[in-house]
Amino acid sequence: MEYLKLIGILIIVVGFALKWDVIAVVLISGLVTGLVSGLNFIQILEIMGKSFVDNRLMSIFLISFPAIALIERYGMKERAAELIGKIKNATAGKVLSIYMVVRILASVMSIRLGGHVQFVRPLILPMSEAAGQTAIKKPLNEKQRERIKGLAAAVENYGNFFGQNIFLGNSGVLLIQGTLAAAGYEVTLGSIAQASIPVGIVVTLFTIIQVLLADRKLKKEVQA
Amino acid sequence: MDLKTVLNWGSEIIFCLCGLVSFNAAWRGLQNEKCRIGTFAFWTILGLIFILGPYLPYALTGALLLVLGCLTAAKQVQMGKFVPSEAAFRKAQADKLGNKIFLPAITIGVVALVLSMLKFSGSSPVISFPLVWGLIPAAVLIVWAGLKFVGAKKLEAQAARKAQRQAGQLAIAGVILAVVTFILSQLQFTVAEGGVSFPSALAIGLASILAYLIGVAITRPKFADTRDDTARLLMTVGAASLLPQLLGALGSVFTEAGVGAVISGIMANVVPQGSIVLGVIVYVAGMVLFTMVMGNAFAAFSVITVGIGVPFVILQGGDPAIVGALGMTAGFCGTLMTPMAANFNIVPAAVLETKDKYTVIKAQLPMALVMIAVHVILMLVLAF
Repeated sequence: MEYLKLIGILIIVVGFALKWDVIAVVLISGLVTGLVSGLNFIQILEIMGKSFVDNRLMSIFLISFPAIALIERYGMKERAAELIGKIKNATAGKVLSIYMVVRILASVMSIRLGGHVQFVRPLILPMSEAAGQTAIKKPLNEKQRERIKGLAAAVENYGNFFGQNIFLGNSGVLLIQGTLAAAGYEVTLGSIAQASIPVGIVVTLFTIIQVLLADRKLKKEVQA
Repeated sequence: MDLKTVLNWGSEIIFCLCGLVSFNAAWRGLQNEKCRIGTFAFWTILGLIFILGPYLPYALTGALLLVLGCLTAAKQVQMGKFVPSEAAFRKAQADKLGNKIFLPAITIGVVALVLSMLKFSGSSPVISFPLVWGLIPAAVLIVWAGLKFVGAKKLEAQAARKAQRQAGQLAIAGVILAVVTFILSQLQFTVAEGGVSFPSALAIGLASILAYLIGVAITRPKFADTRDDTARLLMTVGAASLLPQLLGALGSVFTEAGVGAVISGIMANVVPQGSIVLGVIVYVAGMVLFTMVMGNAFAAFSVITVGIGVPFVILQGGDPAIVGALGMTAGFCGTLMTPMAANFNIVPAAVLETKDKYTVIKAQLPMALVMIAVHVILMLVLAF
């Protein structure tokens, strides 16, 4: 019964879908997969323990927390907000374009700029809405506001996802290296980070196109 | 002394510091209102694995992981209550410090990058630390201290005392740096054949320590505040901080059990051998779909790369680093389209108070589809 070995994947899928505790789901998946594949309990513990210790590098971000804690308390986010506020002739699209560039660069340098709760809601969304209203010289209707909300949240995700692997200390890069090494391919963190650059550039360009198209749509709606 | 051994010891010291960060959260957990013991135990065990990992029997570490799993499953690991720093204070500091506040953040990124690119190669099998590397910055610090000390005379009494104190600190830092550099330069390191690269953990660790020191110099914080904030950051990430490492461990079990072989066996019946284009499309599509189902590209990556990426793309001549990097971001395209990735797509919709909880996914859908096509093209062009 070779296919029985896939039960671990099924456990992950079901467990994540049903929102069970992720740590427990992953551990159970490993245990069950090992047991149906003929490994004994101690062997499985050894494999998981060894791999966990070998992969401590994936959690190296803990060492950066004191420095980050410090600059957050001393107004790093507030200063970043001020810099964005200095943009002239702002439209929603321009604000979001600039945020995209800032966000992806921050993500490349592994700076925790914010996220939806800390940055988009208090800062980027109000600025985009205000800029949108100024640009069309009248209040936005509900559909238009909804659209800007969707885009503001999306830009945060784009910058976060497609920039992070360009920083070679990112846990995603480390996971790629670890997985490839386990499969017998030794690659450097630098080469993975480098290979992530084209996607970062493409997604930045497409994001700017997407938000500027939204600007145009807004203008057309006003003229119609 | 063998350079590689020394650098590895450096990495272990960095992991010990990570352990201390975890202990700090454990200690803070004792002040929780609920689940004091569970929270304390969780972060203490994690810290112990960080520090003692290489010396403990692996089976014991595995058993400790099960304990961690039981603690999180029983919801015994909780966030503490924290007093947030005052908005007015942060604003005032931002105005006072200006762009200097970005210096520590930039230091982490840039210094880590530079250090990790260092490679000690063996034109001679024995190398020493170049004395000038440390002496030049040390000289700069001491000259700076001297200028500050001279300049202090023109200031009023209170400002002058402050400037003199700072000059003294700079001078001490300069002297310490010079002495450390001198000691280092007297040591002789042997380099193994093929050269030694700078370990990532040590690069990121040193960069973070330097960033922290720069931050302290700029802001002069209360240490208790920094400890509290550090505990808050770690507790906010919470048990999820283990996930990448645990998924790595799961991947090892899968590899040992031969799960990848089973998947590639199934795929071999579906995908004709020998077609690079089809192999790339199936790998990218597999990453996207698996990520959408699991809601987590990391989890999908270990399974799909071993099962599809290696046999159908890398073994056909694809560059492993490029295939791996693009495979992961292809998974992120899936993340953009799935409600399973609730923390990225559903929670933000709630945070921004949208009418429709799928507003964020709808905005991301066109981008995700275009980027999937981009990934197929880039992988074909760049990896082959």
